Amino acid sequence: MAAVAASRPTGRRLRHLTERRRFLASLLISPAVLFIFALVGGPLVLAVYLSFTNAAAGSLTGKWVGLHNFRDQLSNPLFRDAVWHTFLFTVISQAIVLVGAGLLAHALVRSFRGKWILRFFVLLPWAAPVALTTMGFLWFFDPLASVLNWFLIHLHVVSAASKPNWIGTHNYAMGSIITIHAWRILPFATVIFMAGISSIPPEVDDAAAIDAATGLKKFWYVSLPLQLPIAIVALLFGIVFTATDMAVVYILTNGNANTDVLTTWAFKTGIEGGSLGTGAAVSLFMLPVLALVAVGMLVFARRAEVM
Amino acid sequence: MSARLRSSLFPYAIAVPFAIVLAFPFAWMVLTSLKRQDQIFDPAHMWRFTATTEGWRFLFHDTQYLTWVKNTAIIGGLVVAITLVLALPAGYALARLSGRFGQSMGVAIFLTYLVPPTLLFLPLSRVITKLGLQDSIWSLVLVYPSFTVPFSVWLLMGFFKTIPPELEDAALVDGCSRLKAIYRVVFPISLPGILTVVIFSFSLVVNEYIYAITFISRSAHRTVSAGVPTDLVRGDLYNWPSIMASILIPSIPLALIYNAFLNRFITGFTGGAFR
Repeated sequence: MAAVAASRPTGRRLRHLTERRRFLASLLISPAVLFIFALVGGPLVLAVYLSFTNAAAGSLTGKWVGLHNFRDQLSNPLFRDAVWHTFLFTVISQAIVLVGAGLLAHALVRSFRGKWILRFFVLLPWAAPVALTTMGFLWFFDPLASVLNWFLIHLHVVSAASKPNWIGTHNYAMGSIITIHAWRILPFATVIFMAGISSIPPEVDDAAAIDAATGLKKFWYVSLPLQLPIAIVALLFGIVFTATDMAVVYILTNGNANTDVLTTWAFKTGIEGGSLGTGAAVSLFMLPVLALVAVGMLVFARRAEVM
Repeated sequence: MSARLRSSLFPYAIAVPFAIVLAFPFAWMVLTSLKRQDQIFDPAHMWRFTATTEGWRFLFHDTQYLTWVKNTAIIGGLVVAITLVLALPAGYALARLSGRFGQSMGVAIFLTYLVPPTLLFLPLSRVITKLGLQDSIWSLVLVYPSFTVPFSVWLLMGFFKTIPPELEDAALVDGCSRLKAIYRVVFPISLPGILTVVIFSFSLVVNEYIYAITFISRSAHRTVSAGVPTDLVRGDLYNWPSIMASILIPSIPLALIYNAFLNRFITGFTGGAFR
């Protein structure tokens, strides 16, 4: 070792440094950290600053207006609707996802014939780009030629004369948006659940068998508590992916039929309406939710041993 | 029915209905993409129609779709390269070198993945304009690593933890420097994990929508995710068969790759900092 080092005196100093754990660790980590700091931290601070100004499109500064943007939005019924819709879409779609993924994951962890192709079908909604699949749903829910309505009419659920408009009327459009979110998050949650189920050691099954815990009892007292932390991790991800998505609502309804969410409202005021400061204020209303999710993640992911 | 038969039928009873519901929209896309534009609104041709590839032909010859595919591939390739350069060393260091402080650091980096583009796009759009990058694909090359890097650091950290440290120790004893041991020993056996990171980072780029429509307004510079919803529509006349084809082209390969790499994804995702 010494001989090798001595034969290359020029590289010696540097090499000595890179052998020190601390130094090497910060050397390897800092480029990534600096990059993220510049491109996530910077804009985040900028967003907070802009939300206190009346900056318009085309400039990065504006007059300081204090809390005016926030107060203005809180008294705006359109903004309040957007908050309510964001909440509804997130909560209902994630409730569907939790139940669906819980069932599906238990089936897909088994090994059976034809599993590969079934898993492929299940993964499709997650793997496909969301902006594109929403275009697909625009056709799926088309007011004139919806294939869903074709089924409903032929099953005599609705009549051809009064078929629902899945995009143009408020209640149906709300349902469509929730359906798309649940549909696209379900595969991801299933995958996380599968990871949780397969991480339960087989000894647990044996112990449960000795204690004669079977069926529902075993599910309630053994499987559920063990899977709860990872289910919560999947849920937290689902909340973030749903609450902060803009593509689904923007492409499907463009906020028409009173379906705006925080993200589309921020886009409309900030980009299309040109009030950068107001738009920034609107998007910052997502922060409390994200902060809660982050805390939840830290608590439950540790317990799930995911992190 | 015997308990054994019931148990072996259980996966099908659950998975088949789910698969049908989840995949049906794609089946419908395939059928629609093969219809004639003038028949798609005709209830008589809902299921029975003469298949044509006219929609696919139109997509390839009379739209900018292939340009968008090319743009997406270029941006994806560059972003993946930048991501690997930044995330490989960081992921390794966080998995091995940095002790308790590194754990919190890893979690902090991971949490930045939760900060969504919808929160950052307004200030970033102004920064991009200031830099003179609006309407250029370089704006996306610059910004996309902001979410691919945290995600990849996390996955890589998980993969590196599954590699026994004894392997590097052996290399160190043999006179390798630490950096050389990482480069010669750790990275080659992590190749499957690194490939998984490449795939999922690339798919995040293909998926991204809000930066793509905010930063770029020239059709020729768009990505697939931004081009299809905005520019494949002429007036209010949607060419549905072509739109369906444009969705299927990226979606099917992505799902195939996801399916092939699913187990690796799970390993990386759940093998993180507290193990």
